Amino acid sequence: MSCAPRLLVLHVPDWAVRAQAREHRIPESEPVALVAAGAVTACTASARTQGVRIGMRQREAQGRCPGLHVEREEPAIAARAFEAVLAALEEALPGWHPLSPGTAAVRARGPARYYGGELAAARTVVGIAAGTGATGARAGVADGLFAAELAARGVGGSGAEAVRIVPAGEAAAFLSPLPVSALGDPELASLLPRLGIRTLGAFTALGEADVAARFGPLGARLHALARGRDPRPATPRIPPRDVDAVVGFEPAVERVDEVAFGVRAACDDFVRALLAERLVCTALRVELTGEDGELDERVWLHPRSFSSAEVVDRVRWQLQATEALRSGVVRVRVSPDAVDPVHVHESGLWGTGPDERVHSVLSRVQGMVGHRGVLTPLLAGGRRPADRQALVPWGDRATAPRERAHPWPGALPDPPPTTVYAVPRPLRVEDVHGRPVTVDERGRVSAAPAVIVSQTGSRRDLTAWAGPWPLEERWWDPSTARVAHRVQAVDASGCAWLLVLDGEGWWAEGRYD
Amino acid sequence: MFDTARADEIRRLQDRIRGMQRTRLADRTLPTSEALAELLPEGALAAGGSYVVDGSTALALELLRGPSRAGSWCAVVGMPDLGLEAAASAGLDLERLVLVPQPGDQWLSIVSALVDAIAVVLVQPPARARVGEAAASRLGARLRQREAVLVSTRAWPRAHARLSVTESDWAGIGAGFGHLAARQVTVASSSPAWQGRTRSRRLWLPDATGAVSLVAARAAGERTAVSAPLRALG
Repeated sequence: MSCAPRLLVLHVPDWAVRAQAREHRIPESEPVALVAAGAVTACTASARTQGVRIGMRQREAQGRCPGLHVEREEPAIAARAFEAVLAALEEALPGWHPLSPGTAAVRARGPARYYGGELAAARTVVGIAAGTGATGARAGVADGLFAAELAARGVGGSGAEAVRIVPAGEAAAFLSPLPVSALGDPELASLLPRLGIRTLGAFTALGEADVAARFGPLGARLHALARGRDPRPATPRIPPRDVDAVVGFEPAVERVDEVAFGVRAACDDFVRALLAERLVCTALRVELTGEDGELDERVWLHPRSFSSAEVVDRVRWQLQATEALRSGVVRVRVSPDAVDPVHVHESGLWGTGPDERVHSVLSRVQGMVGHRGVLTPLLAGGRRPADRQALVPWGDRATAPRERAHPWPGALPDPPPTTVYAVPRPLRVEDVHGRPVTVDERGRVSAAPAVIVSQTGSRRDLTAWAGPWPLEERWWDPSTARVAHRVQAVDASGCAWLLVLDGEGWWAEGRYD
Repeated sequence: MFDTARADEIRRLQDRIRGMQRTRLADRTLPTSEALAELLPEGALAAGGSYVVDGSTALALELLRGPSRAGSWCAVVGMPDLGLEAAASAGLDLERLVLVPQPGDQWLSIVSALVDAIAVVLVQPPARARVGEAAASRLGARLRQREAVLVSTRAWPRAHARLSVTESDWAGIGAGFGHLAARQVTVASSSPAWQGRTRSRRLWLPDATGAVSLVAARAAGERTAVSAPLRALG
């Protein structure tokens, strides 16, 4: 088949889940599953032996395998971890085309000549991958990307051999006994068996024109793939230049300003190296390594792009806020997490994004009070006023912790309190005789609240009150469960209060002033 | 050597002179809500001015509403307990609002840094801090240069106007029934521009729909009974 190039595909089984397990320091032998939208998207071999399958609901997977570690799927981790494997592969053979994290293709002709045969080349590639931690990798060589990838995945083979070579011109024969689900199209995979077509061979037996008439252009394309005609070439990627700024300290440095001073030159080089590639950094990953091997890592975002002074600032703020580091810093690594072409960030004629001047002023204030000192407000969902708002540091991505659009029955009616105490203030609520007011199990107050007495002893007479309204939240989770009664009260000066009674006593949660 | 009473007297007279001298025509103003227009000397927030709002967060948020609606950035300094939902329902654009809740001792330098780019800065000076004349006039010069507005919740020297809530009556809540629904307040405003006289207006802050407006049936000098809206809210 002249229309399909001969390709070598390397595939590391379960790469996403293995990379994420490694990131969270879970041993590879443990059962781990990745979950997105409540369904399992990937699982380790040990989880599979216990009955966990891809596409299964999370609850069912946990039911089959009680010891299952469930992690939220984060494709960035797998892609980042595969970068190291790709770099090692590129050192031996240039021109790799990454297909997905864990899978990459390269033209087979050159390596086969160099290593003396396709089998030898494929074994070498598997060996290189194993050397970088991607053990158990498999390789497949075939005509066309589709057949080569299926060969690498071990579909239709015995599965014991790590390398599978489909001889030139035999792609169609290799594909013919495979089930139609190998096409990777869920609609066809369910429709064709109902039409009595179970294998790719049976599918190819249909006429090309008939398939195109019945299934449209997509069906026609899949029909061509099933016949072993896959014209897609392996497009070699241009390996990214390593611009990471890495600074080592020997001996370890304890003081924040010393570290900040030490990384300054490297951060200048970092921004300059990116600029030389006509890129600017919009998200930055800073890794701090302590003397005892502990690692502190976080990603900093920037509404525009990082200048070198701002990179140094982020390193400093991370050091100031770190909890993971308990010893001196021996290594600082700054790497770009997201880059944009320079021209995207040229200031537009009418300005784009947040006003440049506002940003530079707020960055200056952040330099004075720290990253968490300058905050942007965000409305969230919840029943208590403090739950209904959130604060995000300037420059970080704003995501509401709870969905506001949900109904939240039991939330107080408008108007919202103008003062919401970040830390509720303890106080006493008394009736006219000076006895503390309590609420019984039927939700009735022992007596009408008449006075509130603050911790400092100042008394305010109440002129009106309403409630108590019970609130019983999250009873299924002992750590966040909350049972309380809420009362609104107006004092003699006309100031209104939101008072809350829980197991520990009365609190002022908010004030309507 | 002056004793404090005489120093205060001199300052009061200076304020009065300054109030009478303010006769420039082309002062830029930041539009504010209709309800507060009559309580401010220029009918709006004067660019470069400083204002004091005493004892009511809702009133301070109402002052910020007009500029925020018009697309200006607002900052709130030193108020860690600000109710953000109330700010949003007061009509502030949270996209253009930044908070510096714990400015610490350098709050004044943070305010003067913010003034560079942010149109309205609401600040609550620390309780023990006393703002000196010199610091205030330095900041005032910066405010005028940047055409920004400062709103302080505590005493501020040479303020254009000082607004305070003198009476506050809640509607919708009784002795053990109802809930807070609406409130009428009397806002008193004093300004050096009015030669020591004060103006006061009766406002809904907020009314039953969450809006702030002048109380319509306002008899001169006499406040409307809150029982009427209570029945209306029923």
